[in-house]
Amino acid sequence: MTGGPAAGGRTPSGAPAGLTQGSRTRGGIGESTLRPDGTLKVTGEFAYASDLWHEDMLWGHTLRSPHAHARIRSVDVAEALATPGVYAVLTHDDLPAATRYGLELQDTPVLADGVVRHHGEPVALVAADHPETARRAAAKIRVAYEELPVVTDEASATAPGAPVLHPGRTDGHAAHVPHPNIVHRQPVRRGDVAAAKARAAAVVTGEYEVGMQDQAFLGPESGLAVPAEDGGVDLYIATQWLHADLRQIAPVLGLPEDKVRMTLSGVGGAFGGREDLSMQAHACLLALRTGRPVKMVYNRFESFFGHVHRHPARLRYEHGADRDGRLLYVTARIVLDGGAYASSSPAVVGNAASLSVGPYECPNVDVEALALYTNNPPCGAMRGFGAVQACFAYEAQMDRLAAELGLDPVEFRRRNAMSQGSVMPTGQVVDSPAPVAELLRRVKAMPMPPERQWETAGGGPDLRALPGGVANTTHGEGVVRGVGYAVGIKNVGFSEGFDDYSTARVRLEYAGGEAVATVHTAMAEVGQGGVTVHAQIARTELGVSRVTIHPADTRVGSAGSTSASRQTYVTGGAVRHACATVRERVLALGRTKFGTYHPAWATAELLLEDGKVVTDGGEVLAALADVLEGEEPVEAEAEWRHRPTEPFDLRTGQGTGHVQYSFAAHRAVVEVDTELGLVKVVELACAQDVGKALNPLSVTGQIQGGSTQGLGLAVMEEIAVDPGTGKVRNPSFTDYLIPTILDTPAMPVDVLELADPHAPYGLRGVGEAPTLSSTPAVVAAIRQATGLALRRVPVRPEHLTGG
Amino acid sequence: MRVNMTVNGRPQRADDVWEGESLLYVLRERLGLPGSKNACEQGECGSCTVRLDGVPVCACLVAAGQAEGRDIVTVEGLAARAGVPDGRLSPVQRAFVDAGAVQCGFCTPGLLVAADDLLARDPDPSDADIREALSGNLCRCTGYEKILDAVRLAAARGGGGVGDEAGRDGQEG
Repeated sequence: MTGGPAAGGRTPSGAPAGLTQGSRTRGGIGESTLRPDGTLKVTGEFAYASDLWHEDMLWGHTLRSPHAHARIRSVDVAEALATPGVYAVLTHDDLPAATRYGLELQDTPVLADGVVRHHGEPVALVAADHPETARRAAAKIRVAYEELPVVTDEASATAPGAPVLHPGRTDGHAAHVPHPNIVHRQPVRRGDVAAAKARAAAVVTGEYEVGMQDQAFLGPESGLAVPAEDGGVDLYIATQWLHADLRQIAPVLGLPEDKVRMTLSGVGGAFGGREDLSMQAHACLLALRTGRPVKMVYNRFESFFGHVHRHPARLRYEHGADRDGRLLYVTARIVLDGGAYASSSPAVVGNAASLSVGPYECPNVDVEALALYTNNPPCGAMRGFGAVQACFAYEAQMDRLAAELGLDPVEFRRRNAMSQGSVMPTGQVVDSPAPVAELLRRVKAMPMPPERQWETAGGGPDLRALPGGVANTTHGEGVVRGVGYAVGIKNVGFSEGFDDYSTARVRLEYAGGEAVATVHTAMAEVGQGGVTVHAQIARTELGVSRVTIHPADTRVGSAGSTSASRQTYVTGGAVRHACATVRERVLALGRTKFGTYHPAWATAELLLEDGKVVTDGGEVLAALADVLEGEEPVEAEAEWRHRPTEPFDLRTGQGTGHVQYSFAAHRAVVEVDTELGLVKVVELACAQDVGKALNPLSVTGQIQGGSTQGLGLAVMEEIAVDPGTGKVRNPSFTDYLIPTILDTPAMPVDVLELADPHAPYGLRGVGEAPTLSSTPAVVAAIRQATGLALRRVPVRPEHLTGG
Repeated sequence: MRVNMTVNGRPQRADDVWEGESLLYVLRERLGLPGSKNACEQGECGSCTVRLDGVPVCACLVAAGQAEGRDIVTVEGLAARAGVPDGRLSPVQRAFVDAGAVQCGFCTPGLLVAADDLLARDPDPSDADIREALSGNLCRCTGYEKILDAVRLAAARGGGGVGDEAGRDGQEG
């Protein structure tokens, strides 16, 4: 113990006065630290992209195609351009450079190039001094269309003589697909299905359908483009991946990437819907043309046309099991509708194929997944990314097989559950915990919600808790309860050989009498809480309490996408890695400054904890602030990659394609008014393994939010596309329904933490897995309540009443 | 046209307002109060909920002219309304942060105005009451469970008028 002189607060050893025993830094990983942006978000001061404002700013607006497939004969913009207050009108002919873009295949026109391929495709742009002026001017653009026949499903897309939507394809998939209207096709073949079939005691076949779900993030697409004096442009934007946007925008503008500077603005949710460009290039084009800042904000109607959706799917499955309830084989054909442009369809196909059997061991597999080009709205990334559609089908099949064999559905799943060491249909060995049976056991063991919860103390019903609510459709007479289970498997991170890296820059410096860390990444905070976790990691690694999160922009290297449940893993890994370098440099600095005071500087393992340099034995050597005082900031930048993956073989689907798997199980309890076909989800319980909960509060929030989106797909969410015309019929929150607080039940969550030895801190990506199994669990519960087969989601009242 | 109104206790005037403009547009684009969010423009999502003479309404469905001479409270005015010192959070705002009810946060301002209104009417609401009161506000991130937690927490802490002990910088703990 050193009493220490008060002057300067420093002891001869460099330790702060009165403190010699190290203590853990508060606010590090594993704690439910609160969001750093929470206060701004509750006061209304947080600047979302739609809140941005600039002096002299103009408003951009997009004219969109009213047809799903048409040739553009002529475009007359004269009247629009002559409208007072209008500063620019742009069509395909005005594009200065590249005219197409895309995440994987560059097949999407910036503005329609003579043909429109889906309802709502951008045709022209207007910039005006008032949003209403821009809208009215756009309505004055005269476009002469010649309608073309539409392809809207597999039969029409691959029929002899069907219109080829992208003739002359030169992309990497073109040579491997059986028809040019197929974007990508991935088989997965393993074992001997024919031989296994001969041994099967129970065989179940089924066809399933998943409707087109929308991300329906609350904050509409928006951004502000500001032309710069150097001929470049500054773009403030709500997106999921700044650098992927940049890579696509710069060629469209004809600018080098360093002249397109992008800064993330507040993002009001994403869920995959902001992975593709929406208004980014459009706003920049208008800004560069007019020389004025241009803001674009989609309204809800336009938002439904402005981003890709979840692929609707038709799935045909056959499962065979032996008398003991062990899966012998699975065959599946999964047809995903990719719509007019490729977006991320190839990767979605890879996921659907490789995860098609679910979290089960099955030695014999014959699967084919493909995505179509059609004249339907383009589909791409949405939470769950190809695994959601497969999970709905294989979980329905598992219930039917269990029934066929006379087994309890959970017991049947348990007998087939994969575990660490299991081999995937792709041949990949699962080399980290895969507690599928345990998650099922846990979710089943949760206490059941009481029966007849809608009965009040007075004996009468509280209508609000019944199917139909205060519509007063029932007082409980025809209400039946059902319980359903499901479990799913989702890959974490980008797969199939993608170079899935992230970059972080971390600085540690003396400011205001203490050590302050700054974390700079290009990670898009879209609501998931990445900024919270990054601060927690920096506190843990650097032992500081004050951490500043630098705004995300393109002045630091790519962080990759905020998707695939990967940001905590990959960018979190990069932050940790950069912190380690900073720590080493700080310790070297400490040795130079104070090394002569205490031999431990030279010999001991040193840590940074609670603002101090301590030995691994807990002895304090110096205050971090004293090490840093008077010095230049210590800064390090690091790129970080997870283990490499490899592409799936195009014929067999074999390959180590995924880096990590995550698992969640659900139990749904529903009550159904069988006369009117109304469903009330009473409870949706979830058990999920997260490896390590870096922030338990955020983890629970992600699980509940993901579960709710799955509930939405189960009973209400679908973009309705007219099969005859390819037109979207419900682009509004009046007609596209997402769950309200009345539709959403209590959601108890049981979090398991079995560390993945290959991941930073043992963590496992969280956000997507709960979106998979909630849908089949809810539908299984409705099946149990009603006895109906229910092969399609969303389940609608007419499916329950036989109408 | 010109519209005069009281917003968060202060007289405000907006000039050159088009007849078709909504109260939401005037608040956001003319008065510099972007706290109320625009997510659907048809009264379905509740993100733009404000109190108009004390009654919660969707500001996107109120024509600007209808606001003439009226009293409006937006999310920016909740703290002052709760009587907490400048720069502090109202109890409902504090509870939303503490309970983890804020993720992307886009729905949060509207939910806060609706929850504040509920707790002003009923300081001890049941879960069914909370669900009913917030049923006009869509949230896409949270699954609503933590929003329920937040309103319960605010009610338990004594809903209206209790100061924000932790202060605005106290959220990272």
